Amino acid sequence: MENDQDKVLDEVTSGEYKYGFVTDIETDVIPAGLNEDVVRLISSKKEEPEWLLEFRLKAFRHWQTMKMPQWANLKIPEIHYQDIIFYAAPRQKIAPSSLSDVDPELLRTFDKLGIPLEEQKHLTGVAVDAVMDSISVKTTFRETLAEMGIIFCSFSEAVKEHPTLVQKYLASVVPHTDNFFATLNSAVFSDGSFCYIPKGVRCPMELSTYFRINASNTGQFERTLLIADEESYVSYLEGCTAPMRDENQLHAAVVEIVAERGAEVKYSTVQNWYPGDKEGKGGIFNFVTKRGLCKGDDSKISWTQVETGSAVTWKYPSCILRGDNSIGEFYSVAVTNNHQQADTGTKMIHIGKNTRSTIVSKGISAGFGQNSYRGLVKVLKKAQGARNFSQCDSLLLGDKCGAHTFPYIEVDNPSAIVEHEATTSRIGEDQIFYCNQRGISTEDAIGLIVNGYAREVINKLPMEFAVEAQKLLQISLEGSVG
Amino acid sequence: MKNDFLLQIKELKASIDNKEILKGLNLEVKPGEIHAIMGPNGSGKSTLASVLTGREIATVTHGTVTFEGRNLLEMSPEERAREGIFLSFQYPIEIPGVSMVNFMKTAINEQRKHRGQDPLSASEFLRQMREKKELVEIDSALTNRSVNEGFSGGEKKKNEIFQMAMLEPRLALLDETDSGLDIDALRIVANGVNKIRRPDTSVIVITHYQRLLDYIVPDHVHVLYDGRIVRSAGPELALELEERGYDWIRKEAEVSAESWTTGQK
Ligand SMILES: Nc1ncnc2c1ncn2[C@@H]1O[C@H](COP(=O)(O)OP(=O)(O)OP(=O)(O)O)[C@@H](O)[C@H]1O
Ligand SMILES: [Mg+2]
Repeated sequence: MENDQDKVLDEVTSGEYKYGFVTDIETDVIPAGLNEDVVRLISSKKEEPEWLLEFRLKAFRHWQTMKMPQWANLKIPEIHYQDIIFYAAPRQKIAPSSLSDVDPELLRTFDKLGIPLEEQKHLTGVAVDAVMDSISVKTTFRETLAEMGIIFCSFSEAVKEHPTLVQKYLASVVPHTDNFFATLNSAVFSDGSFCYIPKGVRCPMELSTYFRINASNTGQFERTLLIADEESYVSYLEGCTAPMRDENQLHAAVVEIVAERGAEVKYSTVQNWYPGDKEGKGGIFNFVTKRGLCKGDDSKISWTQVETGSAVTWKYPSCILRGDNSIGEFYSVAVTNNHQQADTGTKMIHIGKNTRSTIVSKGISAGFGQNSYRGLVKVLKKAQGARNFSQCDSLLLGDKCGAHTFPYIEVDNPSAIVEHEATTSRIGEDQIFYCNQRGISTEDAIGLIVNGYAREVINKLPMEFAVEAQKLLQISLEGSVG
Repeated sequence: MKNDFLLQIKELKASIDNKEILKGLNLEVKPGEIHAIMGPNGSGKSTLASVLTGREIATVTHGTVTFEGRNLLEMSPEERAREGIFLSFQYPIEIPGVSMVNFMKTAINEQRKHRGQDPLSASEFLRQMREKKELVEIDSALTNRSVNEGFSGGEKKKNEIFQMAMLEPRLALLDETDSGLDIDALRIVANGVNKIRRPDTSVIVITHYQRLLDYIVPDHVHVLYDGRIVRSAGPELALELEERGYDWIRKEAEVSAESWTTGQK
């Protein structure tokens, strides 16, 4: 068994990252390094208005006074910011008006990633914004959505076409001073998606952004802003991949969500950045700030994430429950295999009355992977009747990996009910054998068991992506029982 | 020469943690035959099931096992299962979060793939589930749950027989499937086994009690004692054991072992 499993483990972990190819395309790159001129250059390349440049500069100046946070349970080698390229764009018109303006090589790339940009080819009911390196390549179904008043476009276009909306909401949830990586993002963010759902509109299709890092030595700093006006609904999904490279690449994104009264936003992530090789060489540093504001009464924001990629993940999608009766949810599966590390979780800040939050976190560690859950449930004085339920489970495959849980609970209102449950389990040899005895191979058995373990979270994903996520889980873990 | 045995075990020796458990075991099973294996606790009955199904806790040190003329010991556990060897576990395992439906569908389709057949359609699969559930009188609610999770002891045993019904094995090993069952469940499980069996299905029933053999009538009864089959006879042997216990077997076995060792000297 030992030997067999080792063999399977070897096979599976020897670089089976499916998305590790590089697209050979002419890229507009600025010199490496970061200073005020670079910030100005990025802004001018994007032909931005003055107020946005001011915002960037303010952030940059603040960032220079900050230090990288050390509190996470992560071992991160020093990042040399002067060696990073902060802007790289496939050479093409910033906003191609039709598909024929998009470089065929780019179309082929996204095709290969399973994200065809031709609308008729795409999964029905999913609109995609495809972002490569620093810019958005193409947004599908824009016109169809526009008929309902829904704005779905790249962030750069939104700045041009809907400046008042952007100005009103940008940094309203994640201020430019928020944290080291969010502040860095505020200074140098390149592209991302922008979405606005008007009052009373139920968005009829899944909106999604697909992020692709292609150029080497670059960082990716996308910024996404999602606004759900009163009584509206939207389900949003993001996916990400990157080529296999020996050096680490930095990805520091910011996502802000605003839900007005009665609005509901479902935000799902399938994160599959290149995790590095078996020895822990290369891979993406994924330092992301995601936060949603339940601004109005009866609003709801739900985060679902399946995190299988990245060398290091540092990410805490959070909800600020300001409106009365507002609801925040966080469903997470995080996988760390080989030498991957993840420190991830959420913050639920209860401000309004009768606010409710649910946290379901499923960590899966294999190889030498280290997986930490870090979560804060904070109930403020006025949050009469607030409720939280947290469930944090860890699954260990093998004995060289680790799982850690750091729950923080701060309650200032005596009527609040906060519950926390945690479990740790292992996949047993006897479970695998039971499957084997029914004709199921060890690899498939692990897939079944892991997907069973993660089912509660996977079920929260939109149908089309649940299947994809299941496969991804299996691929990232196959054979790793020792 | 045509080999008309489904399973042939010759001089099998196997150890767990370097302790010899099976000490030269012989057994031959023809298609369609029912064999009962009885014997005191710790005599090696479950170890035999482990060896036959390829569980690695037991290491084979000597002897051969052939299944339909092929060397069984060279096959992986899943390959043996796909070839039609089924074990009803003495202690079925719980797999939280994995639905019975998903589990069974995966198992069946692996078996079909092995035989070069296409996967079952969802509707055909569900039809078979329904049909087999009725056969073994298992509650629908159970098959809607995760594999064995929170099942009572008796429910787990029934679930094993349900899986056997779904997989239609060539050789079924029932390791104390009767223990922990109430009278009704015993009847249902035993009749289930009879209904599932096709004329060429062979069964090895491991049990401590005659009562199961009232329903599943064996062609041969063997007594496994201290890693060897020390006595084989027809169904009457089970009745005799029920009456007399194992003491007389023990004495006989010891005498023969002694005479053997004396003979060596
Ligand atoms: N995993 C194990 N590790 C160590 N010893 C074991 C293990 N499994 C079985 N044994 C030992 O092997 C011997 C045979 O056990 P086995 O389970 O085959 O007996 P059995 O005939 O099935 O008994 P029972 O009637 O109680 O089920 C026993 O002495 C037992 O303690
Ligand atoms: Mg036993």
